[in-house]
Amino acid sequence: MSVYMLGLVGAVVTVSIVFEMLRRRKLREKYATFWVLLAGVIVVIALFPDVLAGAAAMLGVQVPANLLFFLGSLVLLGVNVQLSSELGRLEERTRTLAEEVALLRLSSREHR
Amino acid sequence: MRVLIIIPAFNEEQSIRLVIGELERACGYADILVVDDGSADSTAALAEAAGVAVLRLPYNLGVGGAMRAGYRYALERGYDVALQVDADGQHDTRYIGKLVAAVESADIVIGSRFAGAGTYTSAKFARRLAMRLLAMVVSGLARTKLTDVTSGFRAANRKAMAIFAVHYPVEYLGDTVESLVIAVRSGCVIRQIPVKMRPREYGTASQSSLRALVYLVRAGVALGLALIRRWEPVSAAEVPERAGV
Repeated sequence: MSVYMLGLVGAVVTVSIVFEMLRRRKLREKYATFWVLLAGVIVVIALFPDVLAGAAAMLGVQVPANLLFFLGSLVLLGVNVQLSSELGRLEERTRTLAEEVALLRLSSREHR
Repeated sequence: MRVLIIIPAFNEEQSIRLVIGELERACGYADILVVDDGSADSTAALAEAAGVAVLRLPYNLGVGGAMRAGYRYALERGYDVALQVDADGQHDTRYIGKLVAAVESADIVIGSRFAGAGTYTSAKFARRLAMRLLAMVVSGLARTKLTDVTSGFRAANRKAMAIFAVHYPVEYLGDTVESLVIAVRSGCVIRQIPVKMRPREYGTASQSSLRALVYLVRAGVALGLALIRRWEPVSAAEVPERAGV
């Protein structure tokens, strides 16, 4: 099995998992879209390896796979940073809610 | 003038009643608010039994979170001065009147352990160095000599309260150093008065060399972030009028 076939299988598995998670409402569209698009890119590269080879030649990368690894890590890094920042925002929101709950609890206690 | 004493408390059931009792005797003119920061023990129940207002945070947020909730309460209820006092009994109640009086001429008044009164020596060199460096930088920003920017013994007027009710970081050192930087950058005037600290009655301060070194590094990072961060400014128009006066 060629490395491109492997990529194709990976893309299909990714799309099926994302689809199934969407169906079970375990994943929101805004995240799903990204993963499906990424799987699409992998499919394109698997079906038309020349695209990758061409891009590598254009950028002066001698081994096309290295370009793939580089771009792959870059994308994963980006996703992680994005998720960290999302997490920080959520923490700030729950913090505000926690304060709000405490303030409301006190005022309801005073009015009893 | 209405004064609120905010006591952030996390698992302080051993000392909270003593501290409340002492504050009531020493500063009868002030109201007391205990912010229970998600304690697992009976801190909140003891404080409620003592008859003071208690904000119960549903989970632990850290001092910064507890204080922001406290400042929101102070602002909403129309207090003129909000004081932060620790729940472990380290802060000497005799200085509270002086802090309140000093707020007349500043927006924030810090009770400084290193300004002459009493001897407070923090054991490790790296920790002392970190505290000195932090003090130097914040002094420069505030254009006044501040010797103890990590002190949790401080008073704020309504202007400072309004800023702290929106921006009071929960990050490491955010409740002390960064909050001061935010206040300075928002145009607050800061002063300090010398205070004497009492020895801790319960618990021990962290004292190992490694910890002190880690403190130095984290303090540097916290200060650096404080200096470069952006906030949405709190405009004077958003500050609610004093209610009930």
